[in-house]
Amino acid sequence: MDAAANVSEARRAVLPRWWARPRGGGLLLLAAVIAGLPLVLANNYFYEVAILVALNATVCVGLNLLIGYAGQISLGHAGFFALGGYGSAILAARYGVPPWLSLPLACAAVALLALLIGRPTLRLKGHTLAMATLGLGVIVSIVINTEDRITGGPDGMAVPPLVLFGWTVAGEQTWYWIAGAVLLVTVWLAFNLIESPSGRALRALHGSEVAAQTLGIDSGRTKLQVFVLSALVAAVAGALMAHYAGFITPAKASFMHSVELVIMVVFGGMASVFGAVVGAAVLTMLPQVLTVLKDYEMMVFGAVLVATMVFFPQGLVPTLAQWWARRSA
Amino acid sequence: MAGSWLQFVASGLTTGAIYALVALGFSIIYNASGAINFAQGEFVMIGGMSAVMLLALGLPLLVALPLAVLAAVIVALLVEKLAVEPARHAGTVTLIIITIGVAMFLRGLAQLLWGKGVHRLPAFSSEQPIEWLGATILPQSLWVMAGAALAVVALSWFYGRTLLGKAMRATSHNRTAAQLVGINTRGVLFASFGLAAGLGALGGVLIAPIAFTSYDAGIMLGLKGFAAAMLGGLGSFAGAVLGGLALGLLEGLGAGFVSSAYKDAIAFVVILAVLFLMPGGLLGGRGSERV
Repeated sequence: MDAAANVSEARRAVLPRWWARPRGGGLLLLAAVIAGLPLVLANNYFYEVAILVALNATVCVGLNLLIGYAGQISLGHAGFFALGGYGSAILAARYGVPPWLSLPLACAAVALLALLIGRPTLRLKGHTLAMATLGLGVIVSIVINTEDRITGGPDGMAVPPLVLFGWTVAGEQTWYWIAGAVLLVTVWLAFNLIESPSGRALRALHGSEVAAQTLGIDSGRTKLQVFVLSALVAAVAGALMAHYAGFITPAKASFMHSVELVIMVVFGGMASVFGAVVGAAVLTMLPQVLTVLKDYEMMVFGAVLVATMVFFPQGLVPTLAQWWARRSA
Repeated sequence: MAGSWLQFVASGLTTGAIYALVALGFSIIYNASGAINFAQGEFVMIGGMSAVMLLALGLPLLVALPLAVLAAVIVALLVEKLAVEPARHAGTVTLIIITIGVAMFLRGLAQLLWGKGVHRLPAFSSEQPIEWLGATILPQSLWVMAGAALAVVALSWFYGRTLLGKAMRATSHNRTAAQLVGINTRGVLFASFGLAAGLGALGGVLIAPIAFTSYDAGIMLGLKGFAAAMLGGLGSFAGAVLGGLALGLLEGLGAGFVSSAYKDAIAFVVILAVLFLMPGGLLGGRGSERV
């Protein structure tokens, strides 16, 4: 047996088989869940929640790349989400740009904006970065609320439907497949990024920025790339959400929405792609379930959040995965 | 012209004094735990709302106000014991999310107890505005500024002269070293929550006659207090006071001379500019990062 065979033998012993790895089996499982879910979605309301879950999960997978992998917090991502939605809506409704063009245009503009503001912002660290991103989000929210001639102000504005090649995208089922496909592609891209050299650079940054720099990683550039990517993903999800709902309000840009997105990422598990998906799914569905509690809704939601973070400090998916690994070892 | 200047400065300093109290709370808890307590605004709300409730029960103002502050302190101590202490070894981000959960819980509880309505406390003394150099100033504004100033003086006495205050200062400089000389750092975190809530609730009680209070009043006050703490330099007490007053002035002058719709945006633009140039805040540490 030669050395090369030995190495590949050793690799096989260390790495689980492709279907047991998140990128292989996990992706397959996610595709199966998305494909099989319509069997249990009884009516349009369930489809609505499923679409909401898929689009929130898409944002969270992108945001998790920034928070979980690059270790940079953002309390302003609702701003990018809302700008994607409002951008596409305003171009389509006020300037007559067809939605198939307004959507990519708006998202590209958001990415450009993220590139411009990301450069000075990402030099900040920790709580200062949290404050700066929070401030940017609040500014976006105030502008949307105040410029009511363009945005409709606090009442929001109607959004024209998405029309692709003369075909109007409408109906819960159609939107479900679109949202599901977008989520699947985002997850696939996220895995590709994480397992690429850029992804390893990201994780090195999270460990120690100075150590990463001494290894020749351009930390500013790497952080900026992932910031722009996460903003772009948020903008795409926001634009799709606006065209699906046919309406958009400034609540989408609010500080609370930014906080909700971060909570979803941390709740599911930082630095875990499926953690972000699970976190988004659980926390999107929880308020729907809790509406039966009426006045107790917010209290119970807060209590669930606190209890989960106390008992699963690393988030649901990583803590459960560790527990599973220990049990099967 | 001088009158309107004075008017905007007075209103700015009034809200600024409240922001300073809230910002002090952020810095106190940051110094003890390294985390941001996003439930700080809820302590302010609990102070104001409890005062309204106690007055409605027929208690005199002089009894109701201290009791309201005490109520917020007790809630904060319970929060520390039940939600923060069990997770003290978790990371900073986890702690922050826990305090957000606590904030939602308290907001939900307040909504249940006191409804969604807006409440107002009667002014401590007269409601009659004082005319001074062409500006009209509410007597309650003077109460706010005097109350906040007194709290800051008491706080500096507490940190400079008492054993617990010194222990808290030592912990903020270096937690491990503080533990080594026998300081109970867990006790310090516990006391910090009580102190931060007390200051916040005092702010809530003082401002409730001017800016009404409701179950969700804590969101915006918490956000502003955090911004003020960051502007002045997180962890620095002088910075918290300076940051609070500066933020209040920015808003007061911005609302008066530029646009009241954009006053918050103006304040945040200035804060961002300051943070880009001085990431540690106005009075924050310039120290190099430890590797």
